[in-house]
Amino acid sequence: MIVHDIATARAGDKGNMSQIAVIAREPQHYSVLVEKLTEAVVASAFAGVAHGPITRHEIPHLSSLMFLLEDALGGGVSISLAADPHGKSYSSLMLGIKLD
Amino acid sequence: MRIGAGAGYAGDRWEPAVELIEKASLDYIAFECLAERTIALGQLDRLRDPEKGYNPFLEDRWRAVLAPARARRVKIITNMGAANPLSAARRTLEIAKELGLKDFKVAVVLGDDVSDEIQRQPNLIMMETGQPVGSLGNSIISANAYLGAEPICNALATDADVVITGRVSDPSLFVAAMMHHFGWKADDWSRLGAGTAIGHLLECAGQVTGGYFADPGVKDVQGLERLGFPFAEINADVSSIISKPDGSGGSVTKATCTEQILYECGNPTRYITPDCVADFSQMDFKEIAKDRVAISGAKGSARTDTLKTSVCYRAGYVGEGHVGYAGPNARARAELAASIVRSRLTQRNLDLDELRVDLIGFNSLHGTAAPSECEPYELRLRVAARTNNRRHAEYVAQETQTLLINGPAGGGGDFTQVRDLIGVRSVLLPRKYVTPRIEVLT
Repeated sequence: MIVHDIATARAGDKGNMSQIAVIAREPQHYSVLVEKLTEAVVASAFAGVAHGPITRHEIPHLSSLMFLLEDALGGGVSISLAADPHGKSYSSLMLGIKLD
Repeated sequence: MRIGAGAGYAGDRWEPAVELIEKASLDYIAFECLAERTIALGQLDRLRDPEKGYNPFLEDRWRAVLAPARARRVKIITNMGAANPLSAARRTLEIAKELGLKDFKVAVVLGDDVSDEIQRQPNLIMMETGQPVGSLGNSIISANAYLGAEPICNALATDADVVITGRVSDPSLFVAAMMHHFGWKADDWSRLGAGTAIGHLLECAGQVTGGYFADPGVKDVQGLERLGFPFAEINADVSSIISKPDGSGGSVTKATCTEQILYECGNPTRYITPDCVADFSQMDFKEIAKDRVAISGAKGSARTDTLKTSVCYRAGYVGEGHVGYAGPNARARAELAASIVRSRLTQRNLDLDELRVDLIGFNSLHGTAAPSECEPYELRLRVAARTNNRRHAEYVAQETQTLLINGPAGGGGDFTQVRDLIGVRSVLLPRKYVTPRIEVLT
C-alpha cells in the first residue's frame, strides 16, 4: 500500500520550506497515516531533497497531517536552480511512499 | 455579503473573473496577484522604467472586468500594484476613462515600502538563513512589509471603485471587505480569525474550486477546462458558504476546501497574518448542496507585534541549457552528456556558486529520491548554474548547447537562457516602523 491508495496531498512553499498536507480520503484511514507516515519515514523518502528538520503536525479533526520540510527548496524559491523551485511536485513524492 | 476571488496569482486567467461578476451577484471581488517573489520581478521592471513595476496583466484584466463590475456595483480590491501601486492606480484611472466610466475613483494603499527602514536596521535577522539583513550589503533592491486589512478597509471607506495595494497579506484582501461591510473592529480576533479562514480559502481562486486537485480516476473534476472561480456568502455572524457560479466547470466539495485550507498554512493552529493568528485545526466543511460548502469552526487570537517583510536583493544570474535524447539507450546517452558537460564546466574554471545537472523525465523534480531503475523513452538534460558573473552564466548555457555537436549521438531540441536573479528573504519588522496611508485618485 502507498499513501496514494488512502490519501491525497497538496504541496506549497514558504521561502526555503516545503509544506505538504496529507489528507486521508476516508476518516478511518487517518490512524494508518498517523501510525505509518512518521517524520522518520518522510525523512527517508525525501533524503537528498529535504536537507533540514521535518516537523509533522497532526490535525485529527480534518483527518490530515501537515509536514513542514526545512531546507527543501534549493535555498529558497526565489534563488533555487530546481526545475520545480516551488516543490509543487513534492506532493507526488509523498503520495508514492510505501506504508507497508 | 458576497465576495469573489478574481485571480489566484499574478498571471491568472481573467475570463472566470468576468463570469463571477456577471453571475454571482457579488458585492466585492478581490484579485490576489502577488506571490512572495512576484514583487521582486516588479521591482526589476520599475528599475528599468519608473512608471512600471505593477502587474503586467493589469491592463488586460481591467479591460475585461472594470465595465461589468461598475455596471453591477461590485467593488474591486487588488494587490496588482506590486512594486508601484501609485503608477498602477494612475493607469487604472486612464483605462476607466477610456472605457467611458464616469466619476471613477481609485484608492491606493501605500506604506508597505520600508526600504529606508531596513537600511537603518541592518541587525534584523533573516528568517531563512539566520544572518543579519545587513549582510546583503548593497545588493538590496527593496523591502516591503506585509500590510493587513485595516488600511484596505480605510481605503474602501472612501467609496472607491477600485482599491489598489502593494504588499499586503493575501487573506487581508478579503478580510478588509468583511471589516468594511460589517463594521468589525481591528481587535475582534474571533471574527478576524473566521474571516481569515474565508480569505485563505479564496485567495488562490481556482485552487478551491477543483484546480490543483484533479487526479484522473482517483479525484476526477468535471469541466476543468471551464474552471469557475470561487465566491463566499458571508453573514454578520461569520457563518459562510463557499461556492462557484452556476454553469462553470470544476467543483466545490469538502475535499477541495480541506486541501485548500491546509495549503501553505504552516502550523494549522497558528496561521499568522497581520490581522490575527488564526486556528484552522477545528474547522468543519459541510456539503449543503452541489458546489456549496458551509464552513465554520475557525478561531482567531491576538495579532503579533511584528510584520513580515520581504527583502529583495540581487542574487546574480542563472545560466541554463537543455538538450533532449530519445529512443534506444536514451538514458545512457543523456548521462554521458551530463558527465561531459560537468567535466567541461570544471575545466573552464568558471566562478559558479551552484551547479545543478538533472535529467528531465527521470530525476529533475525529485532528484536522488526518484527511482533509479527507470528507463524513460525520452529525457532532457538540464544544466543550470548560479553565478555573479553574467558572462559565466552565458558560458554555462553555451557549454550545454555545444553537446549537440560535441556530445553523444542523437541530441536535439536545445534551449538556452540567461536570466537575472532576484532573491527574497524575510525579516520581522516591529509594527511601529510601518505607517500605512491612503491616497485617492479621481
